[in-house]
Amino acid sequence: MEDLGWWGVALAVLAGAIRVSTPFLFVSLGELLTEKSGRINLGLEGTLVMGAMSAYAISYMTGSPWLGVLVAGLAGALFGVLHALICGLPRVNDIAVGIALMLLGTGLAFFLGKAFIQPQAPILPAIEFGWWSDLPQVRSALQINVLFILGVLLAPFLLWVLTNTKWGLIVRTVGDSADAARAMGYSVNLVRLAATASGGFLAGIGGSFLSLYYPGSWNEGLSSGQGLMAVALVIFARWQPIRCLGAALLFGGAGALGPALQSVGVTQGYYLFNAAPYLLTLVIMIATCSPTRTLTGAPGELSITK
Amino acid sequence: MTVDQGMSRRMVLGALGGAAAGTALSGFLPLSRALAAKKLVVGFIYVGPRDDFGYNQAHAEAAAMLRSMSGVKVVEEEKVPETLDVQKTMESMINLDGAELVFPTSFGYFDPHMLKVAAKYPDVEFRHCGGMFKAGTHPANTGSYFGYIDEGQYLNGIAAGHATKSKKLGFVAAKPIPQVLRNINAFTLGARSVDPSITTQVIFTGDWSMPIKEAEATNGLVNAGVDVVTCHVDSPKVVVETAERRGAFTCGYHANQAPLAPKGYLTGAEWNWITVYKDFVTKAQAGEKPGQFVRGGLKEGFIKTSAYGPAVSPESKAAGEAVKAKMMAGDFSIFSGPISTNTGKEIVAAGKTYGQTDLWLEGMDWLVEGVVGSTS
Amino acid sequence: MVDETAPLPTRPLAPAGSPLAGLSLDALRGTAEAVLIPVGALVATAVVFGIFVALAGADPLETYELMYRGAFGTWFSWQNTLQRTAPLLLTALCVALPAQLGLVIIGGEGALVIGGMCSAAAGMAMMGAPPWLLLGVMALAGMAAGGAWIALAGALRQFRGVNETISSLLLAYIAIALMNHMVEGPLRDPASLNKPSTPPLGEANMIGSIPGLDVHWGLVFGLVACVASYVLMRRTTFGFGARMVGGNVRAARMAGLSVAKLGMITCFLAGAAAGLAGMVEVAAVHGSANGSLVAGYGYTGILIAFIARQNPLAVIPVALMFGGIAASGGLLQRRLDLPDATILVLQGIAFVMILASDTLYGRFRVFQPRG
Repeated sequence: MEDLGWWGVALAVLAGAIRVSTPFLFVSLGELLTEKSGRINLGLEGTLVMGAMSAYAISYMTGSPWLGVLVAGLAGALFGVLHALICGLPRVNDIAVGIALMLLGTGLAFFLGKAFIQPQAPILPAIEFGWWSDLPQVRSALQINVLFILGVLLAPFLLWVLTNTKWGLIVRTVGDSADAARAMGYSVNLVRLAATASGGFLAGIGGSFLSLYYPGSWNEGLSSGQGLMAVALVIFARWQPIRCLGAALLFGGAGALGPALQSVGVTQGYYLFNAAPYLLTLVIMIATCSPTRTLTGAPGELSITK
Repeated sequence: MTVDQGMSRRMVLGALGGAAAGTALSGFLPLSRALAAKKLVVGFIYVGPRDDFGYNQAHAEAAAMLRSMSGVKVVEEEKVPETLDVQKTMESMINLDGAELVFPTSFGYFDPHMLKVAAKYPDVEFRHCGGMFKAGTHPANTGSYFGYIDEGQYLNGIAAGHATKSKKLGFVAAKPIPQVLRNINAFTLGARSVDPSITTQVIFTGDWSMPIKEAEATNGLVNAGVDVVTCHVDSPKVVVETAERRGAFTCGYHANQAPLAPKGYLTGAEWNWITVYKDFVTKAQAGEKPGQFVRGGLKEGFIKTSAYGPAVSPESKAAGEAVKAKMMAGDFSIFSGPISTNTGKEIVAAGKTYGQTDLWLEGMDWLVEGVVGSTS
Repeated sequence: MVDETAPLPTRPLAPAGSPLAGLSLDALRGTAEAVLIPVGALVATAVVFGIFVALAGADPLETYELMYRGAFGTWFSWQNTLQRTAPLLLTALCVALPAQLGLVIIGGEGALVIGGMCSAAAGMAMMGAPPWLLLGVMALAGMAAGGAWIALAGALRQFRGVNETISSLLLAYIAIALMNHMVEGPLRDPASLNKPSTPPLGEANMIGSIPGLDVHWGLVFGLVACVASYVLMRRTTFGFGARMVGGNVRAARMAGLSVAKLGMITCFLAGAAAGLAGMVEVAAVHGSANGSLVAGYGYTGILIAFIARQNPLAVIPVALMFGGIAASGGLLQRRLDLPDATILVLQGIAFVMILASDTLYGRFRVFQPRG
C-alpha cells in the first residue's frame, strides 16, 4: 500500500469525520428536537448506550442488523417517553431526570448486555463511494454507511420541518412560551412527549451505529461520553440543525487526529491530541459567544439557558 | 445463582452426612473429616468485565475451572476500580465471605491497595498478578505471579514476519509501560528474525479499553500500509475485527480470537492462568505457603499459543515451531545481544543475554530498533 | 435496602428567619412531608427493583438482606460505607454551590483530577518539609487548582457568555487528558513501572485515619465543607446575594449585586471542594497522582446534588445512601451472581422515583399548614 505521509493525516481526519461523527449527529439532532420543545434531556448518553446494546442483541438474535437499528430506535423512544412523562409532572426538574435516566439506561444496557459482549452479530453494510480511486486508503475512507447519509439528510430535513411546517411551528411555540402554546390550545405536555420520544428514537439509532457499524461491536466501554457530548454540541450549534451537522463532523474529525498523527510518527503528547476535540469546541465557543446578547436560537422555555 | 448456592449447600450437607456415616464406620474417620472440612474461599478481583475476550476473561476462565476443584469456593467481583474500592472489596471478601486467598488481578491493585490491606490481614494470603514482589520490603503474606507472554508475542512476530508483504507491522497498545513495551519488542524481534527490514508501527490509545480509538488506530495503521496488526489492550476484539474487515492479518493476544477473524488470524499469545492458580490453591489446601515470586512462560505452561490460522504458510509454521520447541526446552532467549533501541543506543551488547527471569526486563523502558514510536 | 437511611431534609421547614422555626404543629407537618415523601419514593423503588432482581432470577428479600449487610449490617460495612461517602460529599458540593446561583456545573470530575494532580506536584516540590506543612500546601494547591478550573467555567459564562454546563464538561475532558499527560510525562516517577504515577509521598506524609475508625479524614473534611456551605448560603449576606442571583438575575443586578463576582467566587469555592477531594485521594488513598484519580466521583456528585435539591446539608444523607449502595454492590456480585451493573440499575430507579416524587409536595392536605 502506498504511503501517503501527511496527506494520510488529512485523509484520516476526513475519514474519521465520516466514521466517528454519526452517533454525535443523531444524538445531537434528537436532542435539538427535544430542546426546541422547551425541555432538555441530559439522559441521551444512557439512551445511546441502550440503543447500542439492544441493536447488537437484536441483530445477533435475528440475524438482521436493520431490525436491530429499528429496535434501538424504539428503545430510545421508550426512554424518551419515560423522560417526558416524569418531566410532565409539575415541579420535576428535567435536567435531574435526564441524569437519572442516563444512569438507568447505562445500567440496564450493561446488565442486559452481558450475554452479548462475546458473540459476533451481523453488522450494517457500507456503500463503496471510493470506486473511482486506486488508493485503498481513499476507498476505505469513502466506505460510507447508510446511517451517515440518512443523518446528513436529516439535518436539512429537520431544519425544514422546524421552520416551514405547522408541526415545526407548534414545537417551537411550545419551546418558546408554554403559556402562548396553551393559549393557542396546544397540549404542552403532549407536544413535548412527542418531541422527546422522537429525540430518543434518533439517539437510539445513533447508538446502533456504534455497535453495528463503527467500531461494530458491543462492549461496556463503547461510549466514552458521546451521548453527553452530543447534548453539549446542540448548545454549541445554537439549536440549528445544519450547524449540528458541522459540529458533529468537526468533532469526529478532531477525534481521529490523535491516532492519525501517531501513524505518521508524531508520537509525543497523544493524550493532548486526544483531547483536541474538546479543546477545539471550547475555543470555538469562546471565540463565538458574546456576553452581551443571549444565545440566539435558544428556546425560551429551556431551563439550562433561562 | 440461588441454584448454585443450593447446590453448594447440598454438597456441604452431603459431606456432613458422609462424616456422620464415617463416624459410624470409624475406620474412615480421617477421610470424612477432610471432606467435612471447611472450604478454602478464594477471591478473584477483576478490573474490567469478566467476558471481555481479553485480559479479564483469561483470569475468569481459570477461576471457573477452580470452581470444579473439591474444597474450593470461588468468589468473584468484576469492574472494581483501582481506588479505595479495591481495598474495600478485598476486605469485604475477607470479612464477609471468609476469603483466605485473594487474587487481585490488575496491575494497579498492587501498590498501595493490596499492600495496605495485606498488612492489615496477616492471616490471609494475597497473590498479585504482575506486581514486583520483593521479599522483606513487602508484607510476608503477599506475592506476585506473571507469565512471560512475550514468548508468545515473539512467535506472533515470526508468523507476522512471514505473512507481511509490505514489511510494515502494526501494534495497537494502551500505554507505554514495561509489560507493553516488552511485548512490542518481542513481537518486533520475532518479525525481524525473519526479515531485518521489517518495521513495527506503534499507536498508543492512552487507556486499556477505548473501542473507538482502537478502531481508529487499526484503520490508521492499515492506511499507513501495515498488513499485520496485533495489540496489547484489555479486549482485542475491536482491533481484530477491524483488521479483518480491512483485509489485514492479525495476531491475537490474551485469549483466542480466531473465531473473530477466520481469514486473517495467524496465531496468538494466550494466557493459561489455570496452571498458576491450581498450584496456589493446591499449596494452600495442603497448608503450605503458595509461591511468592512466581513466573513462567511456555515451558511452565503459564502461556500458550493459538492454533495457526489458514493464512500461515508451511515455512512460517516450521520456523515458529522450531523456536517454540527451543522455548519449551528452555534454551531460547528473546533478548540476547546485540540489540539496539530505536533511538540508536546499544542496549544489549553483543554476547550478552538476558534470560526471561531477569528482573531487568520487567523494568523495560525502551523500544528496539525497527519500532516506529516512542516510549513517552 | 436503604429504606432505613435518614430522611432527606429536602426543603426549608419554614421560611428563613420565620418565627415558626420552633415546635409548631405546622412545622411538624412540613417535616413529616419532607420525610415521608422521599421514604415513600424509596419504598416504591424497593418494589420496582425487587421485581427487577426477581426477573433476573435472584430472591428480592435475600438481595435486600445482603445489601443491608453490605452497607450497614456490620461495623466493617458501616466503615466501608462512610469511606465511600467521603469524596462524594465534596464533589456534590461542586454542583450544589453554583446551583444556588442557577449555574449548572457538571465538570466536577475535572476539578477533582486537576486538584489531585496539582496537589501531588506541590507535594513533590515540598518533599522534605514537615508533614503538616507539606499536607497543608498540598491541600491549598489542590483547592486552588480545582477552584481555578471551575472558576474558569464561571468566568467564561460571566465574561464571554459561554454556557457553563458545556464548558465545564469540556474542561473535565481536558483536565483528564492533561493529568494523564503530566503523570505519564513530566511528573512521572521513573520507578513507577507499570502504573505511571507521580513519586510516592511516603507513609509519613499521608493523611491517616480518624482515630478509632478505619475511615480517612476526608470524611471530616467533607462534613465540615457541607455544613460550612450551608451556613454560607443560608446565613450570610454573601449567600443571600448568591441565592438572589439564582432567583432572578435582573432583580439582583438592580439591587446592586455584582453578579460576576458572586458567580466567580461561588464557582471557585465549588471547584475548591472538588479539588480538595482530589487532594484527599492523593494524600489519603493513592499516595501519588495517577490515572486512578478518574474514578467517576465527580459524576456521582452531580446525581447527589440534584437529589439533595442542591441543599448542602441534604447532600450528607444522600451521599451516605450512595456510599451504602456502592459498598453493598460487591456482595451482590459475589453472593447472588448479579452483574456489577445491578447497582447502576438500582441507583437509576431510586433517582427516577425520588425525582418524580417531587411532584407530590403540597398535594396531601394532611401535610399543609392549617389556618
